[in-house]
Amino acid sequence: MDRVPRTIPPMEYVDQYRDPGRIQHLVAHIRKISRKPVKLMEVCGTHTVTIFRNGIRDLLPDHVSLISGPGCPVCVTPIDGVDRAIVLSQEKGVIIATFGDMLRVPGSETSLLEQRAEGADVRIVYSAYDALLMAQRDMSRHVVFLGVGFEATAPTIAAVIQRAREAQIDNFTVLSMHKVLPPALKALVHTPELEINGFICPGHVSTIIGTDAYVPIVRDFGVPCVVAGFEPLDVLQAIGLLVRQIERGEASVQIQYRRVVSPDGNPKARALMEDVFEPCDSIWRGLGLLPASGLKLTPDYGRFDAERRFDITPVDGREPSGCICGDILRGLKRPPDCTLFRTACTPESPVGACMVSSEGACAAYYKYST
Amino acid sequence: MRGKRDRITLDHGGGGRASRELIRSYFLPRFANPFLEKMDDSAVVDIPSGRLAMTTDCYVVDPIFFPGGDIGMLAVNGTVNDLSVQGAQPLFLSAAFILEEGFELADLERILVSMARASEEANVSIIAGDTKVVPKGKGDKIYINTTGVGLVQDGLDISGSNAKVLDKVILSGPIGDHGIAVLSQREGLAFDTDLRSDCAPLNHMVEEILAVTREIHAMRDPTRGGVAASLNEIAGQSKVGIVLMEGAIRVKDEVKSACEILGLDPLYVANEGKLIVFVPPEHASHVLTAVRQNHHGGDAQIIGEVVADHPGRVVMRTTVGGTRIVDMPLGEQLPRIC
Repeated sequence: MDRVPRTIPPMEYVDQYRDPGRIQHLVAHIRKISRKPVKLMEVCGTHTVTIFRNGIRDLLPDHVSLISGPGCPVCVTPIDGVDRAIVLSQEKGVIIATFGDMLRVPGSETSLLEQRAEGADVRIVYSAYDALLMAQRDMSRHVVFLGVGFEATAPTIAAVIQRAREAQIDNFTVLSMHKVLPPALKALVHTPELEINGFICPGHVSTIIGTDAYVPIVRDFGVPCVVAGFEPLDVLQAIGLLVRQIERGEASVQIQYRRVVSPDGNPKARALMEDVFEPCDSIWRGLGLLPASGLKLTPDYGRFDAERRFDITPVDGREPSGCICGDILRGLKRPPDCTLFRTACTPESPVGACMVSSEGACAAYYKYST
Repeated sequence: MRGKRDRITLDHGGGGRASRELIRSYFLPRFANPFLEKMDDSAVVDIPSGRLAMTTDCYVVDPIFFPGGDIGMLAVNGTVNDLSVQGAQPLFLSAAFILEEGFELADLERILVSMARASEEANVSIIAGDTKVVPKGKGDKIYINTTGVGLVQDGLDISGSNAKVLDKVILSGPIGDHGIAVLSQREGLAFDTDLRSDCAPLNHMVEEILAVTREIHAMRDPTRGGVAASLNEIAGQSKVGIVLMEGAIRVKDEVKSACEILGLDPLYVANEGKLIVFVPPEHASHVLTAVRQNHHGGDAQIIGEVVADHPGRVVMRTTVGGTRIVDMPLGEQLPRIC
């Protein structure tokens, strides 16, 4: 099996969510109902990109501001995680298989991209399954897949690990750096200096976890939550729903992305995730150590856990000085507030992770913002 | 089982009988022309007097065969196009090959046939060449370098630093076909698509444009780095701003979908047969008609214009009514994670 055939779906379904007429209509509606100054946080990096790529900030009234949250999995992976991956890339016979975004993320001293130039075998894949096939094709090598992502990604990786066990593949492991989003949202609303009037909640993560996780935010903190899709019309509609709740003094969980998300989420995917992974404490760049916010492999799947199969002695990872990625991920500061932004820190030579990932707030500001 | 004779061996690059045999039975018949057949150390040609344009490019594409083309076709068209966008009429090419030991001769033949066909379409001759063989593992199947010379007509001043405020920007068709077609064949990324590379020579299109007006300010064929890179280069060199209308930039549905899935922006994806033309507004509609009449330019559009504001920057008015910067691409676009 050399390739995974994938058929590309048609686009018509997406085009209607980019319709300029409907968008203008919605923008006019938001302008009409919006009175109070509000700060809305888009939690997910894909939303950040939609907002910048389409110039959505230009369309909103000045008193509606959008801030980018910690929903880019690459950005919140701590420097220690990158260092571990780099240590593994030095192991004899190891192939590191990873999503492309991780390649340029700077570790304490180097990046996977630099290590590749030095001779490490680091390959980009689009799915963990491709990494498993890679392992099956060459039994003389050991493939380590870098598991990075939230609940939208973790179930697919869990499925591949199950498959590896069924097929008794012994030269495939996962370095799990997965994270779950609810603890991060909880940490955000607990940040005293943070004033967020509404959350644009991630569509794909909610597809899996449903909307239960947002209930305490609404109930205990009175901050409205709207689960949104990723097209410009989706994001604007979510903004409209949030503004309406705020203007009326309400706070509830609403789903804008109904075509995909149900309140219960996807129990089957969660079961898959729970079979392979268990919660663990995990460090988030910018937010620090959050209890039960990461996912590690259960003992049953121990032989697919790179942490157990290899003796990884991590370097003492330290965040680069001057970098305010942490404050940016918490929505306290904006990328232009950073003295390194566009000077020492650029996509060519990123200092912090928010500049590396295409979904990072700094990269989006750098790339698209006028 | 294939025998030794079916593959390139180190002997083929040794300069002895095997090298000569390879050239005689593979290269000469495909590129048949009197200059090459002399087998002298240099080709000596007569050229009309005037200004010469010269360009060189190396081709290392992986995979070497992809839907709609191959490395050979690319090596001819790429160099022809680099000459063409300077307003030069391509005359001659050289072609140098670095072959990896073990490379299949059948594949070499396929590539040479394709190069011959491409040079015929572009009406250029390959009059000089070289072949080297490197040990297995020291190269990747085949690398090709082509150098081209062309004649620049008098009275033309086409340059990336010559774009002027008010110029219209014409793009000859939908973008990203080549990059996505190649990507669709890569190990680990393979997906099914009917999409084919747009690889094509642009010299005839350029001739037709120059027949309409000689007042063309700048031209580019947006290859690696896509339309975004070419426009940023011109904005920088000419110290002008460029404003694009997102709605005017055509992207085929297959390319759009693949880009959505892979997390790429079509503006940054490679093309191999597209032309960007900067032309004063009074000539824009005639040039547009000329481009559209060429069979490689049927879907041409005016995609934007040159402004005095924000020199060096390319800005796009999005279809939803916002504005964003179209920045110079980094290196390789890295696929996103989710």
